[in-house]
Amino acid sequence: MSGTFLLDGQPVPFEPGQTILEAARAAGRYIPHLCWHPDFPPHGSCKLCIVKVAGRHVSGCAMPAKEGWEVESDTPEMNGERRALLQMLFVEGNHFCPSCEKSGDCQLQALAYDLEMLTPRFDHFFPDRPVDASHPEVLLDFNRCIYCELCVRASRDKDGKSVFALTNRGIHKHLVVNAESGRLADTDFAADDMAANICPVGVILHKRVGFAVAIGERTYDRAPIHEVAMRPEAASDD
Amino acid sequence: MTTEVPQSLIDEVLTAVGSTPDRLLQILVGLQSRLDYLPPALISRLAARLGIARARVEGVAGFYSFLHLAPAGRYRVRFSDNIVDRMLGSEALSEAMCARLGVRPGELSEDGRVMISTTSCTGMGDQGPALLVNDRAIGRLDPQRVSEICDLILHDTPLAAWPPELFAIDDNIRRADALLTSHLAPGSALAAAMALGREGWLAQVQASRLRGRGGAGFTTAVKWLACRDAPGERKVVVCNADEGEPGTFKDRVLLHRHAELVFEGMTLAAWATGAREGFLYLRGEYAWLRPRLEAVLAARRAAGLLGAGILGATGFDFDIAIHLGAGAYVCGEETSLLESLEGKRGTPRIRPPFPVTHGYLGHPTVVNNVETLAKTCLIARDGGAAFAASGTAQSAGTKLLSISGDCARPGVYEYPFGVSIQQVLDDCGAVDVLAVQVGGASGVTIAPYEFHRRIAFEDVPSAGAFMVFDSSRDIFEVARNFVHFFAHESCGFCTPCRVGTALLKGYMDKLADGHGALQDLADIDWLDRLLKNASHCGLGSSAPNPVVDTLLKFRPAYERRIQHADFQPAFDLDGALARAREMTGRDDAGAHLDSGTGVIR
Amino acid sequence: MIEQRKLRVATVSLAGCFGCHMSFLDIDEHLFELLERIEFDRSPLTDIKHCGPCDIGLVEGGVCNAENVHVLREFRANCRTLVALGACAINGGLPAQRNHLDIGACLDEVYRSRPGLARAQVPNDPELPLLLDKVHPIHEVVRVDYFLPGCPPSGEAIWKFLSDLVNGRTPRVTGPLLHFD
Repeated sequence: MSGTFLLDGQPVPFEPGQTILEAARAAGRYIPHLCWHPDFPPHGSCKLCIVKVAGRHVSGCAMPAKEGWEVESDTPEMNGERRALLQMLFVEGNHFCPSCEKSGDCQLQALAYDLEMLTPRFDHFFPDRPVDASHPEVLLDFNRCIYCELCVRASRDKDGKSVFALTNRGIHKHLVVNAESGRLADTDFAADDMAANICPVGVILHKRVGFAVAIGERTYDRAPIHEVAMRPEAASDD
Repeated sequence: MTTEVPQSLIDEVLTAVGSTPDRLLQILVGLQSRLDYLPPALISRLAARLGIARARVEGVAGFYSFLHLAPAGRYRVRFSDNIVDRMLGSEALSEAMCARLGVRPGELSEDGRVMISTTSCTGMGDQGPALLVNDRAIGRLDPQRVSEICDLILHDTPLAAWPPELFAIDDNIRRADALLTSHLAPGSALAAAMALGREGWLAQVQASRLRGRGGAGFTTAVKWLACRDAPGERKVVVCNADEGEPGTFKDRVLLHRHAELVFEGMTLAAWATGAREGFLYLRGEYAWLRPRLEAVLAARRAAGLLGAGILGATGFDFDIAIHLGAGAYVCGEETSLLESLEGKRGTPRIRPPFPVTHGYLGHPTVVNNVETLAKTCLIARDGGAAFAASGTAQSAGTKLLSISGDCARPGVYEYPFGVSIQQVLDDCGAVDVLAVQVGGASGVTIAPYEFHRRIAFEDVPSAGAFMVFDSSRDIFEVARNFVHFFAHESCGFCTPCRVGTALLKGYMDKLADGHGALQDLADIDWLDRLLKNASHCGLGSSAPNPVVDTLLKFRPAYERRIQHADFQPAFDLDGALARAREMTGRDDAGAHLDSGTGVIR
Repeated sequence: MIEQRKLRVATVSLAGCFGCHMSFLDIDEHLFELLERIEFDRSPLTDIKHCGPCDIGLVEGGVCNAENVHVLREFRANCRTLVALGACAINGGLPAQRNHLDIGACLDEVYRSRPGLARAQVPNDPELPLLLDKVHPIHEVVRVDYFLPGCPPSGEAIWKFLSDLVNGRTPRVTGPLLHFD
């Protein structure tokens, strides 16, 4: 059923089956997200897209739009909760932006800028996570993983390889690669796989090109994520 | 220990439980019980054999607490770590066992024989402290029993040769009402429902106003109708016997004593929905019930109550398979349960769509609680109106309560809905009560001023747990135990629950460790709100409940732990210098920090 | 009419590289404007050894040893408003990247195991502050009022932040001024 809902008081039309986030996007309205990607079905894990509908919090990426709904998104309350979710992601991993070659191209960082996150606020977990440099072309730095599962989904559903999977659970959940040795080099992973080019943060990094573009001249140095994410090419952008 | 795994063993398990990827969890459970752990080479070979990615197999194996990717001993002893077990002395008994066997908690003994750890509530709160050893349960632990168990382990006695009385589990039915006194002959409820026709039977279920007993209280008839009417020929009935809510054990008793009613209820659901296949999802902690349940299923098949043409009705074909869980509370959430049934990690799905339209392998699926299904037998026998005659306006029929904690007579009590909490406390012999936790860790903490309230969906809803705490107990420690439980059981899918439960655990431990500051209470409030608002499923959104309730109703228990009006680090500053002191051999004043005020010691 | 008393400001670098202080100096001629409104207490700019009562404390760097803890506590005790200045103060920064290592193993590696050491021994002079097992951001050790990220925060960001603070506005650093790198 198509119709119209209100997003922060402004009407947004929707087609049958469209989610709140998709409809908003089609209407040129940005709702923050990390695990959502236009080439994949909604995932709903990062929760950055939470919006408020009739007093309830729902995932904008996963909830089908309904006629007449009044959806709150860009409000101090929702942005405050989003900022806290970002802070959680920052403290659970090891996110040292100054020493990360993805800095300036990282969606986690860019969203933190957009939502004015000045501090991780909570106590840091400082987990001990591995780096896998075994592959000739790609480096894996698990310190920065946010469990969006985009690499898992891309490798399984687009590349047909299932190079990545999640194991363990809760705060101990982590990525593994498809090899008994645990080394990326022992998988059939390739640098032109979709999975090699979809990480929103600095886990999956192509070797030898990390500083081809200087810090300060990168994607989110030039424009905020709420602009970049709405560009048509963002659909297949890495 | 060799990692060579004979191909014949894999074949044997695949033959027994199936060799398709949706059987993966059952295959892993089977291999684990034969090999004691799942070595890397086995994971690789199994993946190749099933034609799926190795990483997927590793991912599934890593999700469930009872599956081990590293050696975990021939005897895997898990002490139930619910607060009620603790109150009965589980910690001291666990320490005694560790000392006797010369192992540290959670670590494999040097000879590879035994590992002693803790696990979430094993559903034995009425006869704790309890433990699991491999897939067997032992209750009523005391120093003598622990010593006996140690002897058996030290003598390498196979579990099958342990004295049977060690594994004796009591039903402890203290109050029986409509369900527990029903004495239905197998097939009689089914015959009655079939005589009504499928439509007529559904009409009775509607008239009964039966609501789900698993906690959410969804109207059963609505669920069944939605499943029946959903597009798709293949319909599925699932009995949720993943009774993981801490303090609950009434489903264990139903499955132990009244399995006929449960399976008959599943068959009644199949009659209503047109389902041809059914699953009983049995929590891994109850694996010891399985042989008995399989025997009941076999008897029902032999009696024409399962299989093709049930009770002679052409086209009424339905059978039930038992699927074992492996230590994951989140699988009690119905979409996680379905994922687990499909052999995957128990991660909750996005809803909508709901299981009634897109359930097991995408087919319309009814997921009902054990007690709910058993209750449908009463409706078939007596009619919907008779069923609805007991209970309250919004809560028809009776409710089984699992009562444990500080009371004279713990066990299972069946009451018509509407019974007051005070009445229950009087009946179970509880005195000097500080608080009651109704509905388990995710439920509600009831203070004495609320004891007039009633067990009912419209007042105090409950999945069945009723844990009593008397005035000798520290309610903060109760809440902290529950917070640890949620952090341990979070599946980790969504940010707020994965990180939020871990952070909340950190704050509760900070208070417990004597580092509490006033600011922490504000931070806890904020985390509670985030968990409640932003979590993906009920686990995360109810995880803060015990903290929210106890902060509201027992605030002094927290304030007592506030050492500082302003701020205090969560970690022990002086302790953080210990390693450097050790390395330098220094112990002068400058080699210490005052962890509280900043004054050098 | 707000009192025009000069605000007293203290600054320090704990486990940092003084880069944030250098960036502070990068506000260039704004320093003259600023000095009409503030005066310095303890700071590398004054060489005052201990912090007295102050309005604002700017702390660069994380907390990596016992001395850092003492200095940070002195700042918290004396400064009405305490600011975490730069990446290291906010999340430990580069020094915190040792946090997954055992500090004993680090000391052993540096002072005992390396070939060519004459007297292989971990220094134990009481004058030397002992290392904490982990490097912590300052908000994990004391209460912190404001955070200004960046490695370092740019001169413009520092100027914007301080002029907000000095003029009684809640400091707000957004857009291009807000950077973690």
